[in-house]
Amino acid sequence: MSRAADWGLRIAGIGAALLLVTLILAALGTSPAQAFRLIWDGAVGSPAKFAYVLTAWAPVLLCAAGLLLTFAAGLWNIGIEGQVVMGAIFVTGMLRLTQDVLPPAAALFLAALAGIVGGALWAALAGVLRLYGQVNEIFGGLGLNFIAGSLTVYLVLGPWKRAGIGSTSGTQPFPPKLWLPPILPGINVSLVEIVVGLAAIVLVCLALRGTYFGLRLKAIGKNLRSAFLLGVPTERHMLAAFALCGALAGLAGWVLVVGTSSRHQLFPLISGGYGFLGILVVLLANLNALWSIPISLFFAAISMGSLQLALQAQLDSSLGGVIQGLLVLAVLIVGGIRSRLAAASSERTARSR
Amino acid sequence: MRVELREIHKRFGSVHANNGITLKVTPGTIHGLLGENGAGKSTLMKILNGFIAADSGEILLDGKPVTMTSPAQAVALGVGMLYQDPLDFPALTVLDNFVLGCSPALVPDRRRARRDLRDLCSQFDFTLDPDAHVSDLSIGERQQLEIVRLLWLGARTLVLDEPTTAISAQQRDKLFVALRKLAEGGKSVIFVSHKLEEVETLCDEVTVLSRGRVTGHAQQPYSTEKLVQMMFGQDIPRVRRQVQLVTTAEPLLRLERVTVSDWRLEIRNLNLDVMPGEVIGMAGLEGSGQLLLLQACCGLRPPTSGRIWLAGKDVTGQSYHRLRAAGVAYMPAGRLEEGLIADMTLTEHLALAEYQGGFFVDWPQAAQSAARGIERYHIKGQPTSRVEELSGGNQQRTLLALLPSQLQLLLMEHPTRGLDVESAEHIWGLLLERTQQGTAIIFLSSDLDELLDRSDRILVFFGGRVSAPLNARQINVEQLGELIGGKGFGGGGADESRG
Repeated sequence: MSRAADWGLRIAGIGAALLLVTLILAALGTSPAQAFRLIWDGAVGSPAKFAYVLTAWAPVLLCAAGLLLTFAAGLWNIGIEGQVVMGAIFVTGMLRLTQDVLPPAAALFLAALAGIVGGALWAALAGVLRLYGQVNEIFGGLGLNFIAGSLTVYLVLGPWKRAGIGSTSGTQPFPPKLWLPPILPGINVSLVEIVVGLAAIVLVCLALRGTYFGLRLKAIGKNLRSAFLLGVPTERHMLAAFALCGALAGLAGWVLVVGTSSRHQLFPLISGGYGFLGILVVLLANLNALWSIPISLFFAAISMGSLQLALQAQLDSSLGGVIQGLLVLAVLIVGGIRSRLAAASSERTARSR
Repeated sequence: MRVELREIHKRFGSVHANNGITLKVTPGTIHGLLGENGAGKSTLMKILNGFIAADSGEILLDGKPVTMTSPAQAVALGVGMLYQDPLDFPALTVLDNFVLGCSPALVPDRRRARRDLRDLCSQFDFTLDPDAHVSDLSIGERQQLEIVRLLWLGARTLVLDEPTTAISAQQRDKLFVALRKLAEGGKSVIFVSHKLEEVETLCDEVTVLSRGRVTGHAQQPYSTEKLVQMMFGQDIPRVRRQVQLVTTAEPLLRLERVTVSDWRLEIRNLNLDVMPGEVIGMAGLEGSGQLLLLQACCGLRPPTSGRIWLAGKDVTGQSYHRLRAAGVAYMPAGRLEEGLIADMTLTEHLALAEYQGGFFVDWPQAAQSAARGIERYHIKGQPTSRVEELSGGNQQRTLLALLPSQLQLLLMEHPTRGLDVESAEHIWGLLLERTQQGTAIIFLSSDLDELLDRSDRILVFFGGRVSAPLNARQINVEQLGELIGGKGFGGGGADESRG
């Protein structure tokens, strides 16, 4: 297939997705143009709004970075949401221990490490279940997501309850000294969040392209048995992929607790679907790590921008999720069509057996 | 059924796989299609089977031009094909596989199918248990299932693509008898092979292909020399291995009362000493225990009792990866299943196989290794070729190229399966170079000539029992064949010891 036809197909796919969204909006009685403008304005209408997009970008980047590793190894780490939550729990625990005794920078740093450990442990558990318990990581991950979510509810209502308040709205918010500082006053996003997220993606990208670790993960993902016989310690690498993915998810949990415009507390559903969004990003990037950077930003923009729909057009903000889902579906369908077309052309290159 | 292919052309990129091939098959005959790897045999048959479309040319069945668009349609028109690797569903039962291709009705009529299956099997003296799982059958039995299935679906022409590569001599004999019966019953059989002897004994007529063209046509009785000339354009001398073994005091590999088993078979109390540089061939019906021994030696299947010594060290129970680091390599038979990684390039394979520690991949060096392997093993491909784009023979060469260069012990399943005579000769040349450096080789093969020509000693396996090592220079094909068939093992057959 020619390059032009290839790109034409991709653009047609995205066009089809947008057309579907337009039809849905029209069916809801809303002017599509107005809805798209609201999303656009909500995302980039002002520096402050764009800052919000960036705060959503960081956790998606971190999750996508981790998922690139597990996807390369052929593992569906659906448990990423729970790993984000577990990271946030460890972060909160560490901050509660250190906030009064250590300087804020040290407390934040230790909290980040704690988040990494929490996420990694939770992911490693999914890995252990898969490797030694014969539990598929999709089911194990779903179960562990549930447990992590229940654990937050327990902590918020029980041991970490706010004095005098009996609600699930969250733990006692941390004081501003434990917030990541904004880039500029009024631009509520921290340079740290952005840099950590981008660094994670870039490092993963380099690891997949240039290191034995990345090569071996890919080998495992494409053929576990052959990889093992070619000398790859498959179990160790799969566990490592899980743990590293969980570590990055845990770091996303850290961003969600201490980020400039976060709620600075632990609350149920703190993962906010960022893990699942990461899965969509990686599906869309089709394992090309660098593409996940713009795609994450785009998805973050849709997520944040669609909040305006609720405020100004009496539409539910979940429309953003509909748009994201349709885009991924469109791209997957286009991928299917491309591989069918490619099968025809590869027949030309493959010699007869 | 009269089958006629006229002026078939098919190109894959720059390769003219079928260059104006014309083939006529008379009803009631077995027609051999002979040629080396890459001659275009499989392509031609896939065209006849509707699996791929020809660029140009005509297919006529009983004189009527037809267009095939899918294997299902080909079967409906009466052309059934057995692929080189059985395309069945191992998780399902024999009966389920049998009915799978048909069922115009919503619910298959199992009772009728069971009866038909039994009738067909008894016609050909096949013994297939309808309720057995296909995963428990040998390749030969899976072929038998495929044959009766295609006949049941109404195939009047049967195409068999290299059917004997993975089956035992006994199963091959059974297959040949069945094919004869089919031909006598008026069906046409097209028998694709690169094995001269088989074509000579089985086929009424032969068409020889080379590099995409028909290079010859012959009828019984054949002149082997002429067939070889049509195939290769020259004679290939065969040399039997003549090596004086270095007898050291210490064997490289010593098995001491080793017992190893899987769920259906057990090898009990095996003793064996293998000297450095020695080549041990393992003969026997497919699944008689050869694989158990290979797997025990490379750590994939720890023995239940007994000890294994490698170069004087007790390595019993050590993992595959530890033994691999100690210089033990295993080359599996399943190319794209357990040997190679589809969607990865030759360079990537070499980088994986030659991993020496370190963090970053040295891609230029890996590409060089790939280029070296391509040259050394005559792989038709580029360092950037993905392995699934290579032909079967070139995948086999790639497997060989991936073996570590410094080895103590090399364990191989079917080292030259799917390679033509010339390539096999080349590969064994390279393997024997290794033995001169002290590497011992243990290989299993279903090719008796290969076993006799290449081994120093031969172990014959029969239902988990192992013969004493036989000097390969003191036995001939007939004696070996009898042993494989169970003579000399005392009562009881292979089937008895299967669970």
